[in-house]
Amino acid sequence: MKTVSVDSVSYQLKGSNWWARATAACLLALGSGALFSTSAVADEPQHGGTLNVILDPEPPMLILGINQQAPTQLVAGKMYESLLRYDFELEPMPSLASEWEISDDGLTYTFHLQEGVTWHDGEPFTSHDVVFTATEFLPETHPRASSNFRRLESVTAPDDHTVVFQLDEAYPAFILAFEVASFPIMPAHIYEGTDFTDNEMNDHPIGTGPFKFERWSRGDYVQLTAYEDYWQDGKPYLDQIYFRLIPDAASRALALETQQVDISSFNNIEPFDVPRLEQLPHLEVITEGYEIAAPLSWIEINHRVEPLDDPRFRQAMMYALDREFIRDNIFMGLGRVPTGPINTVTIEYTDEVHIYEHDPDRAMELMDEMGLEPDGNGVRAEVELLPLPYGETFIRLAEYTREALGQVGIRVRMRSTDSAGWAQRVADWEYELTNNFVYQYGHPALGVSRTYICDNIRQGVLFSNTMGYCNEEVDDLFARAAVENDPDERAALYAKVQQILVEELPVIWLLEMEFPTIVNTRVRNATTTAIGVADTFADTWIEQ
Amino acid sequence: MSRDFWRAFANNYGAVIGLALLLAVVLMAAFADVIYPRSPWSMVTTPFQPPLSDDVLLGSDTLGRDIAAGIVHGSRVSLLIGLTSSAVALFIGVTLGALAGYFGGWVDDAIMRFTELFQTIPNFVLAVVLVAIFTPSIGSLVAAIAIVSWPPLARLARGEFLSLRSREFVLAAVTTGQSTTRIILREILPNSLSPIIVAASLTVATAILLESALSFLGLGDPNMMSWGYMIGASRTVIRQAWWMSFFPGIAILITVLAINLVGEGLNDALNPKLARKGRGR
Repeated sequence: MKTVSVDSVSYQLKGSNWWARATAACLLALGSGALFSTSAVADEPQHGGTLNVILDPEPPMLILGINQQAPTQLVAGKMYESLLRYDFELEPMPSLASEWEISDDGLTYTFHLQEGVTWHDGEPFTSHDVVFTATEFLPETHPRASSNFRRLESVTAPDDHTVVFQLDEAYPAFILAFEVASFPIMPAHIYEGTDFTDNEMNDHPIGTGPFKFERWSRGDYVQLTAYEDYWQDGKPYLDQIYFRLIPDAASRALALETQQVDISSFNNIEPFDVPRLEQLPHLEVITEGYEIAAPLSWIEINHRVEPLDDPRFRQAMMYALDREFIRDNIFMGLGRVPTGPINTVTIEYTDEVHIYEHDPDRAMELMDEMGLEPDGNGVRAEVELLPLPYGETFIRLAEYTREALGQVGIRVRMRSTDSAGWAQRVADWEYELTNNFVYQYGHPALGVSRTYICDNIRQGVLFSNTMGYCNEEVDDLFARAAVENDPDERAALYAKVQQILVEELPVIWLLEMEFPTIVNTRVRNATTTAIGVADTFADTWIEQ
Repeated sequence: MSRDFWRAFANNYGAVIGLALLLAVVLMAAFADVIYPRSPWSMVTTPFQPPLSDDVLLGSDTLGRDIAAGIVHGSRVSLLIGLTSSAVALFIGVTLGALAGYFGGWVDDAIMRFTELFQTIPNFVLAVVLVAIFTPSIGSLVAAIAIVSWPPLARLARGEFLSLRSREFVLAAVTTGQSTTRIILREILPNSLSPIIVAASLTVATAILLESALSFLGLGDPNMMSWGYMIGASRTVIRQAWWMSFFPGIAILITVLAINLVGEGLNDALNPKLARKGRGR
């Protein structure tokens, strides 16, 4: 490797399981009649080749500063960059910032930018672009910018290659707000003084990333080609990337099987297909690379409805569900049984909370305590469940929930909706139980507290506190923890809030979902950071 | 009449077999709660049990539900929806067809254009749209299937009425001053019933298929176990667990085949001339 950037060094260390891959490649070569030459063992990155990636559904646009849906991120993550990237432990790594310092009081973040970076149209990238993005562009377009930047006092550029973020109070989560989907640097020379969402260049993204926009054939594919003046010398390795739109799940699995595509991500492949694809010698399943997303799935509960407002009833439901069964038989082993509101891979997680085992007898005891006696049909209470209309898996989950709760005397009626109807009902609080999953963005202050604080009870807004749960102590703990600069104090505050939430169960956490990234073994370094497939692919290469 | 009918019907061996099969399905539906008292949704065993396992005859599905229990209880939904939606379709179709055929003229034109409107839209697509709009439930399924099934019945009834209304016995009834309603209901309808009954029996089979297809797509009533749902839910694991979609498929095949055979038998018995002509060809 010629390049000397810090991240590429860390890749080489991370890539120390090369022998395992080489062995696999050898076995593959033997198995397929020595189709692959002996160069398969080489671990030196090779230039050239076209990568095919599954894209589903079709993104509405590719301007990452304006739209951050997962499909947009997948494509635009190759064209845009942010100041930082994060390794699997969520430690920051250089990207457009080569170095950074945080002052001891946690108020001043100074970033030193890479030299010699140009936009895809040849204009130089400077600190002005960063200031413009932070102060003008994202506050207008990015749904999470207002909370991420709430404590931001000023953003200044002392020179062309330095940016200083000044906060008005310590906010330790801030260092995690520079991932490419949260803070994609947008070109000031194109957007300054224009209507951002109506700019004529929105059809032709201009970024600093290793790949530049080539064409988008709607309904068919998006093509990106290597940017020859990319700031990391010798990268990217790939000549081009095609993002193939394949709207049908079975066809997506088939495309991987027949090697028409090299990579699938997120829920492209339904969980039940994963064990089968994993068996194939040319495919590899990676579950890393979703640490930023860290989705946590739960049963969302409307606290405005009796008896769902009683914590004992929610505990009874929790005891009635066998979450290991859910993981193993519905999500086909993909995921972890959660202990509380914070995903294991998210910062500030603690396991020092009450652990709910599967215990239907305890569930019935709790309902006895509440005075919910079974009637002639053994029914103690009746609730309505709105299944999440995101495919087979969630329908199975709803069916399981109905049966498991039915066994302890909670009759569950199911009501079907389409995804628009689901979103509207949940946002408008017109539901009793539903399934939901929410991303945590690496830090409880970024993606966890929003679900539970009273301030965020906002009718009509999805992924807010749609349950209507409100506990002032929880609010206070989250608020204090977010601005606590001392790591031990902070950990104690977060531990306390997790214990309270686990006791009161505002929602019933079912699964820390794991998404499978399924990669053809000829592709190397597809996932090297917590940003996963949304990362730049600058280091990705194909074995020729 | 009735003895002739049975003789003609029994002459067609296929029809007798069909009737026996259909009777078996009806009994299965009637005694579902006796055969499998537990809900077909209950997870009784470990998932992915192959057929002939200890406690489940036809295996278990992805959540450990008994396939055999699902088939037995699913027969209720199939028959219920098949029969009620056909009855509704029959009512709409025959009413409109009779009016169009009897009155002719602009009434006929209006009704037939209206019917054609429905016939130009593909059946299944319309049913999917209707169920999606009215949210899946047993009522919306029956309504949607009935709405897409009546046009052929209307055309058939119109044809029969057109040919019968100029016959002497109708003219006689008109001359004796009988009311229009009475002529339609008492004179023409009984005489045009045979082909309509045959067509209606086939409509039942189509309705069962439609219900299965809708459930397969996840548009069935989420609280009722149906064969189409069972196939739809397990098609994703068909390579690992063939039995989950195979047995419900067989159930649909047998039921629909049985109804078709019975329909053919009815045709033979009710329209002996037509039937003979058909065989002679």
